[in-house]
Amino acid sequence: MSTSSVDIARPATRARPRLPALPRPRLGLRAVSPPALLILWQVASSTGLLSDRLLPAPATVARTAATLTADGTLGDAVAVSLQRALIGFALGAAAGLALALAAGLSRAGEGLLDPPLQMLRALPLFGLIPLFILWFGIGETPKVILVAFGVLFPIYLNTYAGIRGVDAKLAEVGRVLQLGRIALIRHIVLPGALPQALVGLRQSLGVAWLALIVAEQINASKGLGFMINDAREFLRVDIVVLGLLVYAVLGLATDALVRLAERRALSWRRGLLGT
Amino acid sequence: MATRTARDVTSTTAAQVKGLTKRFGSRVVLDGLDLDIARGEFVALLGRSGSGKSTLLRVLAGLDRDTSGDLRVDGTVAVAFQEPRLVPWKRVLGNVTLGLRVPAPVAAADTALAEVGLTERRDVWPLTLSGGEAQRVSLARALVRDPDLLLLDEPFSALDALTRINVHRLVLDLWERHRPGVLLVTHDVDEALLLADRVLVLDDGRIAHQSEVALPRPRERDHPELVELRSVLLTRLGVALEGSK
Repeated sequence: MSTSSVDIARPATRARPRLPALPRPRLGLRAVSPPALLILWQVASSTGLLSDRLLPAPATVARTAATLTADGTLGDAVAVSLQRALIGFALGAAAGLALALAAGLSRAGEGLLDPPLQMLRALPLFGLIPLFILWFGIGETPKVILVAFGVLFPIYLNTYAGIRGVDAKLAEVGRVLQLGRIALIRHIVLPGALPQALVGLRQSLGVAWLALIVAEQINASKGLGFMINDAREFLRVDIVVLGLLVYAVLGLATDALVRLAERRALSWRRGLLGT
Repeated sequence: MATRTARDVTSTTAAQVKGLTKRFGSRVVLDGLDLDIARGEFVALLGRSGSGKSTLLRVLAGLDRDTSGDLRVDGTVAVAFQEPRLVPWKRVLGNVTLGLRVPAPVAAADTALAEVGLTERRDVWPLTLSGGEAQRVSLARALVRDPDLLLLDEPFSALDALTRINVHRLVLDLWERHRPGVLLVTHDVDEALLLADRVLVLDDGRIAHQSEVALPRPRERDHPELVELRSVLLTRLGVALEGSK
């Protein structure tokens, strides 16, 4: 993923019904290469081909994971980081959603809100860090705000685009069926905007983890980022690698959650995809 | 099927239009148009593409309000569009009950779905329906509102020939049972002649011609009277006669 906030925050192509994907390789085949790579890595480390100071063996990383889990270091660090990500995400998503509804559902809202938001969107997310440190100090607040700020734009842009992209022909159906404004929003506009809003949700989760990782590199005294930075000081490459793996797992887990939500909320589209 | 024409059975009007004018910029689409549709009357509206027939339907449906002239539509209006326009995230039943304000909407919708022969499809997503099925759901959604005026905007044009014959029968059947005033916008002369009591030709923003079709239904395509009317209408539409079947 690109680290420029401008790229990340651009609404993706509208979630239209896609052509059926190419048939996937058999599950058996897909399950072969990851363990093979892992074994190759272990063998390279054990034979001394791969220096332990550059990249420790998988077994070493696993042992470190067990140790740090047992003494609670890893659990505490994950809890702190997860909390930052969740609070920041919740704040940013709530703000982005509220702004998108206001701008998407009323002309006045669009006129007032969209221009300043488009301007703010152009600011480089990570360039704001010095400003946030000056404003909010070096505690939890600047980290949470950075995550929230990064999350806000993908949610806003995609939900807003989703609302505005609702098929005008369906809006006409609503009028012909004498739906009132509230009913039109509830039955036609919001469900119509949902696919695009979910695209925004997935993008924003990616941004949330990225913003968190960057924020935690700076002035953190706890959390995964601190654990990694601290390990760097002591040349504990195994802990650095472990931290990165944990970040990856957390990112994958949240993405899987959204995919699950997507599959449930958009089951009406499955007919077209042949499932 | 009954052999009535509308004139015998109706006394009230479903829609009355006097001097209706609609402009898009400097282009006049409807130019002082007059039209009455009686309750229970089946009217077909023919016209070349761009003649404003869909615009007239949209005005009657209340989708185009920026007009001048008198327009009176009594009672409920329902529309079936060219594409069925089902709401894809509502199941078939939810599409039929959408915006329906009657004491028992689900029971009413079930009755309407039974009328169009889709009872067993009530719980599926619209994207899994065939074109003919979707159009029948669209008809059920219109008819469940028990309209006084039913507007049909070329709803059969995307159907294959066999499905179209079946849906024609279905529409006549439903019309016989509910007796709304119908305005069918179409470019198919045969379709107009098979279905309507009165066939209008729209040209230059006005009703340029009308033919009464007094034959009982179901009608035979090659009935001598229809053959004659067809050539009259085709001439009116500016189609060379060898183009007719």
